[in-house]
Amino acid sequence: MNITATLIGQMLTFAVLVWFVQRYLWGPLTAALAERQKKIADGLAAAEKGEHEQELARKRAAEKIGEAKQQAAEIVAQAQKRANEIVEEAKESARAEGERLLTAAQAEIEQEANRAKEKLRGQVVSLAVAGAERVLEKEVDPKAHQKLLADLVAQI
Amino acid sequence: MSGEAQTSAEYIQHHLVNWCVGDCDPVTHQAAGFWAIHIDTLIFGWLLAGLIAWVSFAVGRVLTTGTPGTLQNVIESIVEFVQTQVRDIFPGSNPLIGPLAITIFIWVFLMNAMDLVPVDLLPLIGRMFGIEYLKVVPTTDLGTTFGLALSVFALIIYYNIKIKGPVGYLKQFLFHPFGKFLIPVNIIMTAIEEVAKPVSLALRLFGNMFAGELIFMLIALLSFAWYMLPFQVALGGIWAIFHILIITLQAFIFMLLTIVYLGMAHTAEEAH
Repeated sequence: MNITATLIGQMLTFAVLVWFVQRYLWGPLTAALAERQKKIADGLAAAEKGEHEQELARKRAAEKIGEAKQQAAEIVAQAQKRANEIVEEAKESARAEGERLLTAAQAEIEQEANRAKEKLRGQVVSLAVAGAERVLEKEVDPKAHQKLLADLVAQI
Repeated sequence: MSGEAQTSAEYIQHHLVNWCVGDCDPVTHQAAGFWAIHIDTLIFGWLLAGLIAWVSFAVGRVLTTGTPGTLQNVIESIVEFVQTQVRDIFPGSNPLIGPLAITIFIWVFLMNAMDLVPVDLLPLIGRMFGIEYLKVVPTTDLGTTFGLALSVFALIIYYNIKIKGPVGYLKQFLFHPFGKFLIPVNIIMTAIEEVAKPVSLALRLFGNMFAGELIFMLIALLSFAWYMLPFQVALGGIWAIFHILIITLQAFIFMLLTIVYLGMAHTAEEAH
C-alpha cells in the first residue's frame, strides 16, 4: 500500500492518453459536432427560405394565371368582333355584287329593247314605204322623202 | 475456527498484494521502497488506456457529420456530456480541459470497472501463468490515484502561475483568506488548501475503490459452506449493481473536481 514508482508510470500513461484522446477523439469529434450543428442550422434556414420562396412563387403564379385569363378573354372578344366584321363585310360585298349584276342585266335588257326598237323602226319604214308605193302605185324614192321618213321614225 | 479465520485473513492479505517488481520485500512481496513497480497496475492501466486509444482512433477516423453510427453515437453522447460539464463549470476556454476531463472520466471509470470482474477470476488465470500476486483494479493502487491527482496538481500550479503570474500566485498565498494582517496564517491556510486538493482527489478515489474491492472479497469468503451459495450470489449481485453507481460516481467526481480546480486556477483572485 505504499506509493511506488508505479505513480510515475501512471502519470506518463495519463499524459500520453490525454494527448491521444485530444488528437484523435476530442478534436475531430467536437469539430464534427460543431459542423453538424452548423449543418442543421443551415438546413433549417434553407427550409425556411424555401418555404418563403414557395409562397412568393405561388403568389406569382396566381398573378400570371390571372393575367393569362384576362388576355385570353381579350383575345376571344377580339376574335368575335373580327368574325362579326368579316360576316358584315361579306354581306356588304354580296349585296354590292347583286346590285351590280342587277344593274348590268337591266342595262342589257334596255340595250336589247333599243336594238329591237331600231330594228322595228327600220322595218316600219320599209313597210311604210311599201304601203305608200302600193297606194301611189309608183316607186317612191326614199331619198326624196328623207326628212318625212325621219320624222315618222321619230314618232314611232 | 481460528484456522478458518487465519485462512480468511490470508486470503484477503493475498488479494491485497500487488505483482511487485523492483525494490520489493522478499517475504511479504509488498513494495519496500519507492522504487518498486506494481506491474499489474501498470498493465491493466495500459490495457484500458489502449482500449480508449483504440476506440478513439477507430471512431475518430470514420467520423461523419451526417447520421452517426452506433459507436460514434455513444462516444458523442459522452463527449457532449463532458463538454456540457466543462462549459457549465469552467470559466473562459482552454482547449486542454475537455480532453483532460474526458480522459479522466473514461479511464478512471474503466479502471474502476475492473472491480466488477469476479475477484478471483483474473488472479486465478494469473496463477496458471505463474503470477503469484495480481491486483486487477488499478485505482486500488495509490500509485494510480496519486499519479492522476499529481498530474492534475501540476496543471493547477502551472495554470495558476500562467494566468495569475508568479507574483499573483504568491499574493494568493500571502493575502488569502484573512487579508494582509495575518500573513503567516494565510500562508499555512492556503498551502493546506492547495495540498488538500490532490490528496483529497487521490484518497477519495482510492478509498472508495479499495473498500469496494474489500467487500467483494468478503462476499467471496462466504463460500465456506454449500448452503451459503445463494446468499453469496445475491449479495455479490446487489453489491455489484450498487458498485456500478459508485464507480461511475467516483469517475465523475474526479473529473468534476479536476475541472473545478483548474477553473479556480483560471479565475483571477477574488474574495472567497
